Amino acid sequence: MTSQVTTVEPGVPADSQWPLWEVFTQEQQGAPHEHAGSVHAVDAEHALQNARDVYGRRREAISIWVVPTEVITASTPEDVGPFFDPANDKAYRHPQFYKVPRGVRVF
Amino acid sequence: MDQQTRADFFQYLLRLGDDRLVLGHRLSEWCGHAPILEEDIALANIALDLIGQANLILQLAGQVEEAGRDQDALAYLREATDYRNALLVELPNGDFGVTIVREFLFSAHATLLLEQLQRSANAELAGIAAKAYKESRYHTRHSGEWVIRLGDGTEESHVRIQRALDELWRYTGELFESDALEQRLVATGTAVDSSTLRGAWSAQVREVAEAATLTVPPDAVWQRGGRQGRHTEHLGRMLAEMQIVARSFPGAKW
Repeated sequence: MTSQVTTVEPGVPADSQWPLWEVFTQEQQGAPHEHAGSVHAVDAEHALQNARDVYGRRREAISIWVVPTEVITASTPEDVGPFFDPANDKAYRHPQFYKVPRGVRVF
Repeated sequence: MDQQTRADFFQYLLRLGDDRLVLGHRLSEWCGHAPILEEDIALANIALDLIGQANLILQLAGQVEEAGRDQDALAYLREATDYRNALLVELPNGDFGVTIVREFLFSAHATLLLEQLQRSANAELAGIAAKAYKESRYHTRHSGEWVIRLGDGTEESHVRIQRALDELWRYTGELFESDALEQRLVATGTAVDSSTLRGAWSAQVREVAEAATLTVPPDAVWQRGGRQGRHTEHLGRMLAEMQIVARSFPGAKW
C-alpha cells in the first residue's frame, strides 16, 4: 500500500479543507474589533457569512472583519525571549516609574 | 372579524406557517451532515429562523381560529392532509445542491412576500413579517451566493446545481398561485396577492442564474396541490418523524 505524501504549500490548507480566515468582531460602536476565532471559506464573502453564522448569530457583534490567516505574520514561541523579556527590567517604560509632582496631583 | 374572514385568515396563516415549519424541519435534517462545520451551523441557524417564524405565525393562527389549538397542537397534531405548505418545501433534501437551490428559490420569494406583508392591515402579522423579513434577506444572500459559487464552480458542481434547478422548477409555480380565499384577504389589505410577486422573483432568479452560468428551465406544467392539502408522499413520512415525540407523550413538557 502506498501512502500519499501531503505537501503543505502556502495558501493550501494541510487539513484538506478550504482556506482559513481569522474573524474579528466588534461588540459595540467605538469598541475595538477583537479576535473571535477562525472559519474555513472559499472567498471573502463566504468567510464573512460563515463568521456571521458561527460568531455573530447571538447578537455578539455589530461588525465583523475577516482576514486570510496566511497574511498574518505572527511571533513564534522562540521570539518570547528576545521580544518580551527585556521589558521586565526596564521599569522606566511603565508610567508608574515616574513620581507625579504635587502640583499635578492637585490639578 | 366575521366568520368568513376568520376562516380565510386562519387558512392563510397556515399556508405561511406551514411553508416555514416544513422547510425548517427539512433543513434541520442536515444537522451533523453538512459538508463542513461552518455550513452545518449556517443551515441549523436558518432552520431555527424558519421554525421561529412558524412558531409565531401558527400561534397567531391558533388565536384566530379560536378553537383552543396553540402552535404546538397545530404543528404536531395535524395530519398531512391538513397541512397547507407548498409542495416545494416538503421535497426531500436531495444533495447539497438541491437543498441550496430550493432555499434560494423559496427565500427569494419569501423576501418579496414579507417585504409587503410588513404593511398588512393585521398588525400582528405585520410585526411578524418585519422580523422575518430581515432573516429572509440573509437566507437569500446565503443561498444565492452558494448557487453562484457552485453553478460557476467545477464541472461536477455545475451539473448538480443545474440538475437541481431543473428538478425543482416545476414546483415554483405554486408559490405564485392566488385563489379566491387569498383575494378576499387582499381586498381587506391583510394579504399579499401572490401572483404579483412573480415578475420581481423571476428577475432576481435570472440574475443569479446568469452569474452562476445556469440555464433557467422553461415554464412547464406546474406541480400543485399543497395549498389544498394534496401533498406528495414525502410529507407524511417527514411528519411521522417530526411528530412522533409529541404524539407518543401528549402534553409532555421539557
